[in-house]
Amino acid sequence: MAAYIAGRLIALVPVLFGLSLIVFTIMALIPGDPATAILGSYATPENVERLNRELGLDRSLPVQYATWLGNVVAGDLGQSTSLNRPVLDEVMERFPATLILAGAALVLASVLGLLAGIVSAVRQYGLADKLVTLAVLVGISMPSFWLGLLLILAFSVRLKVLPVSGMYAIYGGGDAADLLRHLVLPATTLAIVAAGIIARLTRSAMLEVLRQDFIRTARAKGLPERRVVFVHALRAALVTVIPVIGVQAGFVLGGAVYIETVFQWPGIGRMLVDAISTRDILLVQGGVLVVAASYVLLNLVADVLQRLMDPRIGA
Amino acid sequence: MATIRGTLAALAGAIILALAPLHEATAQVPDDVLVVGQIAEPASLDPAVATATNDFRILINLYEGLVRYRPGTLEVEPALAESWTISDDGLVYTFTLREGVTFHDGSPLDAAAVTFNFDRMLDPAHPAAATGPFPLSFFFSAVKTVEAVDARTVRFTLNEPFAPFLSNLAYPTGLIVSPTAVTERGKEFGRNPVGTGPFRFKEWQGNRQVTIERNPDYWGEEAKLQAVVFRPITDPNTRAAEMLSGGIDVMVEVPPDALAQFQGFESFAVHEQAGPHLWFLILNTRSGPLADKRVRQAVNLAIDKEAIANELLQGTAVPAKGIIAPAFEWAHDPALLGYPHDPERARALLKEAGADGAELTLLVAEGGSGMLDPVAMGTAIQADLAEVGLNVSIETYEWNTYLATVNPGLEGKGDMAEMAWMTNDPDTLPYLTLRTEALPDKGGFNSGYYSNPEVDRLLEDARRTTDPARRAELYRQAERIIVDDAPWAFVAHWRQNAVTTDAVKGFSLQPSFFLLLAGVSKG
Repeated sequence: MAAYIAGRLIALVPVLFGLSLIVFTIMALIPGDPATAILGSYATPENVERLNRELGLDRSLPVQYATWLGNVVAGDLGQSTSLNRPVLDEVMERFPATLILAGAALVLASVLGLLAGIVSAVRQYGLADKLVTLAVLVGISMPSFWLGLLLILAFSVRLKVLPVSGMYAIYGGGDAADLLRHLVLPATTLAIVAAGIIARLTRSAMLEVLRQDFIRTARAKGLPERRVVFVHALRAALVTVIPVIGVQAGFVLGGAVYIETVFQWPGIGRMLVDAISTRDILLVQGGVLVVAASYVLLNLVADVLQRLMDPRIGA
Repeated sequence: MATIRGTLAALAGAIILALAPLHEATAQVPDDVLVVGQIAEPASLDPAVATATNDFRILINLYEGLVRYRPGTLEVEPALAESWTISDDGLVYTFTLREGVTFHDGSPLDAAAVTFNFDRMLDPAHPAAATGPFPLSFFFSAVKTVEAVDARTVRFTLNEPFAPFLSNLAYPTGLIVSPTAVTERGKEFGRNPVGTGPFRFKEWQGNRQVTIERNPDYWGEEAKLQAVVFRPITDPNTRAAEMLSGGIDVMVEVPPDALAQFQGFESFAVHEQAGPHLWFLILNTRSGPLADKRVRQAVNLAIDKEAIANELLQGTAVPAKGIIAPAFEWAHDPALLGYPHDPERARALLKEAGADGAELTLLVAEGGSGMLDPVAMGTAIQADLAEVGLNVSIETYEWNTYLATVNPGLEGKGDMAEMAWMTNDPDTLPYLTLRTEALPDKGGFNSGYYSNPEVDRLLEDARRTTDPARRAELYRQAERIIVDDAPWAFVAHWRQNAVTTDAVKGFSLQPSFFLLLAGVSKG
């Protein structure tokens, strides 16, 4: 297992290298440059040239990339042109927020999705199954930013029970309860779609498992149904479901871009959008690398879990 | 099934727990603390580095310049300098500094501090030059030397007469920072600002809030509020929701749709103020149908500016008649007629020019600084022009791409292009965009290739004239010629807006678009 994990981690290096090269090339190819973005109305060719020189952007692209790569190896992600601070500082400040939001959403989506999937599998074609299927369909089809605004309108503007946006209260906040209050709406919004997909998959996996011989044996032995479903069947079904949850981690991280904007969550998704529109290449690089690395790592965790749970996949 | 029930119960319990203490938390913002919903996280709180209005809203409360705009106007009045003289040739400006002013870090504001500020921006060899880049330092490119004559006297010598100099000193780029703090903090100064203003910096929590508090040692009248919290809330709908739910006291840049909603509530006050902004179409005067002045005038006559300002933008803009916004009260020409909406006359002019049914391309931006609602406005203009028999096809670009396309000139790309500018002096816009010397290949923004020697001469003269009345007259003369030549279609001036709760007192918007909060109170 250790060798497997080490192998996967080593494989992360070329993935990130290739990704950074692609991101850098795309950012270099799209028209516009940081100096124009900073100067706005005042972007005369003369001013742009002067500012680009001061920002070190007048060198050739390969030189810029090579310099950046050299610095990254030394642990320096460079300086953000739009925020006037080191990329690493900004990314480190924002990444935990995204991790908290995406993590909470993923946990919520898994719990909701698994429960809904199990219920509808056990009660196949029953009322609960139909309700769950309908809810899943609605959840999957709803644009998440729109759902977010609806939730804000209902719970924050009308009912006034939850804060509209942000991560902590302005005064006197900062504790776990405060964070949790701010987390409820964005995490729920983000979790809905993923929960729907997990529910669908859990349902079909459970249905398949429940038809198998070992379940019949378990039931014949007189085990209580609860034990049959939650221990024997679920464990077998999870082998199929866990990799899907791993993939959902990617969707949740991607969806965070919209959700962070709607809820003004101080995470990395919103940062990436702003960085792209200001042509802040190094900030985009830094953000993408962190998101990509965490996506790969989450999938690795999912794969490891799957291996641990499924005796058929050799360790 | 008991497990499911158990889990659900635990979940519900967690949610209730989370909701319960909310009211205590929101009630904790004290009465003398104002919470402002901004449109973005500031990029820098170093005035020499910052370029965005969003940042200026904070800066203007922390720092002061030698001069400032008199509240409610774009005319300069004394600030850190209590008086000044200008030499007859317009080359030497001598300022006398106010006595006994100190920075928030306790260091004195003296002539040496002022020279440090300008040398830092203008001299690449200055020890603090590395705290840049300073994107707008060209505001002071006319400055040859800055000297400390004595502790309270500063002398600026210019390369050539440059009348907008005083107005530029009042612009945020001219705000005075503490040399001690810059030297100590280096590049980190932008996140640890130190000025002389009525508020001093307290803390900056990245992407969450910037807090400033009352400066108890302020030389002038003390700020009424104990503190102001600036929160970045990028999405306008979320900003409006925060306002409705009581999360913020002041909201800037209210979208037109939400503005109407706030106007219906008694518990909110809507503030509006037209600013030094112009939204216009650049017309290609060099080639194509618009090379004919009559066709350009027809375009101006065909566009229903009232409908765009009042209906489409729901009153968040006023129709434009020329290039000088009414916010420049001292230079604005109230007698200017501009182009009223007159499709009849437009059709006649087109017929006369033989341009009936001409095909035109309009370049449209998807968004961008000061661009209002560019896609909808482009479509409205397309419809207005179709009305008089001009067939317009639209090409839409993302903002940065758009600038990179339009700024080098319209030739080969389109006949018309949307553009918007916000300036602090009536000189800036025509000087950078309508002179022969400002053609794209000469490094300017004259993307429509307008050239009129008479206008060139008037603009140069105005820039060399230090007497405001005489300057104003030169701008009015230039504007009359420009409006008649119609190198642009003059469309609208943006009306900046803000919503406050009715508890906020003493709040007003400035034509400069700055947010002055020293006189504001709450509760």
